[in-house]
Amino acid sequence: MGGWAIAVHGGAGVDPNLPAERQEEAKQLLTRCLNIGISALRSSLPAIDVVELVVRYHSPFSVRELESDPLFNSGRGSALTANGTVEMEASIMDGDGRRCGAVSGISTVKNPISLARLVMDKSPHSYLAFSGAEEFAKQQGVEMVDNDYFITEDNVGMLKLAKEANTILYDYRIPITGLESCAASVESPIHMNGLPISVYAPETVGCVVVDGQGRCAAATSTGGLMNKMTGRIGDSPLIGAGTYAGELCGVSCTGEGEAIIRGTLARDVAAVMEYKELGLQDAVDYVIKKRLDKGFAGLIAVSNKGEVAYGFNCNGMFRGCATEDGFMEVGIWE
Amino acid sequence: MGWAIALHGGAGDIPKDLPPELREPREACLRYCLKMGIDALKAQKSPLDVVELVVRELENNPYFNAGRGSVLTSNGIVEMEACIMDGITKNCGAVSGLTTVVNAISLARLVMEKTPHIYLAFEGAEAFAREQGVETMDSSHFITPRNIERLKQAKEANKVQVDYNTRPIPKDDKPPAPSGDSQLGTVGCVAVDSYGHLATATSTGGLVNKMVGRIGDTPIIGAGTYANKLCAVSATGQGEAIIRATVARDVAALMEYKGLSLKEAADYVIEESAPRGTTGLIAVSATGEVTMPFNTTGMFRACATEDGHSELAIW
Repeated sequence: MGGWAIAVHGGAGVDPNLPAERQEEAKQLLTRCLNIGISALRSSLPAIDVVELVVRYHSPFSVRELESDPLFNSGRGSALTANGTVEMEASIMDGDGRRCGAVSGISTVKNPISLARLVMDKSPHSYLAFSGAEEFAKQQGVEMVDNDYFITEDNVGMLKLAKEANTILYDYRIPITGLESCAASVESPIHMNGLPISVYAPETVGCVVVDGQGRCAAATSTGGLMNKMTGRIGDSPLIGAGTYAGELCGVSCTGEGEAIIRGTLARDVAAVMEYKELGLQDAVDYVIKKRLDKGFAGLIAVSNKGEVAYGFNCNGMFRGCATEDGFMEVGIWE
Repeated sequence: MGWAIALHGGAGDIPKDLPPELREPREACLRYCLKMGIDALKAQKSPLDVVELVVRELENNPYFNAGRGSVLTSNGIVEMEACIMDGITKNCGAVSGLTTVVNAISLARLVMEKTPHIYLAFEGAEAFAREQGVETMDSSHFITPRNIERLKQAKEANKVQVDYNTRPIPKDDKPPAPSGDSQLGTVGCVAVDSYGHLATATSTGGLVNKMVGRIGDTPIIGAGTYANKLCAVSATGQGEAIIRATVARDVAALMEYKGLSLKEAADYVIEESAPRGTTGLIAVSATGEVTMPFNTTGMFRACATEDGHSELAIW
């Protein structure tokens, strides 16, 4: 017990038919993210700095930065709204003092997680959104890019697929029986966020860390939901839903945003530890089992005792974990 | 058992010598809204309908910081937000950054019922409002002379702390509210019917002189607003503190995970989790109990239960 620990995730809800090379690529990316975090932890960087660093590196929309790396030259950009625009969001929380920062509706800031950090450190508020957040970004001199930096051919194509899938399945609360003749659902009857799993792509990345001093932190960043309504805010920027860190643990969630919000998933892991005195893994299992009535999601968590845990109730979650005693693991499936 | 209802018009540093012309209209509104809510519960309206109609009325009253009468951003405009949640289903809806919608709480309800999402904000929320044909007015409709004055005073008080580009503002050092009620935030209502069904609704203009685009606790499920099968909660006060302490969720979590009663859970959150001077809340339980604790100087509030108990108070 004790010592640092780190976990990263690259989204929950994975196509069971994901080609082997893509799976391998994903695992390599997760391993690199862990190694970046581990190096930082070994240099005694505090948890709050480590989570920010790892999420910056990992974000699918910043993958273009790794152009020199032959593995990652297919920068996917961000999820697109129904209007074909980009609206990214992120949040970060420092368990030491429970300070937090969040942003939504970001379209020209290269690293939304760092903007969230600035909201926490340099503004009198905890959450800024849309044009107000972009204005703050300009004042802070953060790196800005053109809107279309995040718009890729891939994503425009995916938006089209999502629209086609959604015209059949717009309201995912309606049971999908009787749609067997639909090509999309014949290929993959599993659905996530209203889309067939073959069309769905997880858009969220997260990192949780406990450092050598026992301080926990959490960070989550996302492009949101492909084909979402303009202005739709999901769980990732909402403290207590997608992200939470307190004295006992740090948590980052991913999956069906609306279900995570209703279940106040991240806060509940901590609450169950605080109020029911469950250990980390038990708390994670409890929340995944009992707090996601109708929804699919996953989460990663660390405790101030140096433990790491994860859980998900959907088809796969890209994740990696490591602890100071040398344990390291990346995975996709159960 | 039996129905219960509570409503609030904001917690904050309300001076005990609040002049009658500021006190009386708010007390009258609370009294009127309480009666509206009681009549609706007696007429068997669902708690979700009850909390929406009460909050609409509070939004329409220019003396409270919601709807018309909302405090102003640093740019002198309003950016309203609201949230509604149904305890049985845990369905919820939230909106932020509204500038023309007359009743933000009703738009939040439409997000819940007419979209696959929970939370819509800014231009996207305004566009949705137009699609839904809800009542909108030019944004000048919401701005009152008192709030223009409040903004002026807040800017003057902030002059010494204004340049946050170069140094971080210590989070817990808030400038003192010049007029005593400029920290006033939010309206809300919680209700339970005699079947134990719960609902909550909160609506606000936010923090006076807030940065454009600032979102507070009100639309964040678990922070300012929360309801499940055990209780319904609406919080008010300093948004950033309420977010960190996940106030509304914690009341329910303490009941569920630690077996505390409604009153014990609410008192714990107010006394232990939320810093002094930042938070107030109203809550009802599935068994018809009601509680309205606060750690600020005052909170405009009223409540009633089926057994005839009723209360209206500020301090």
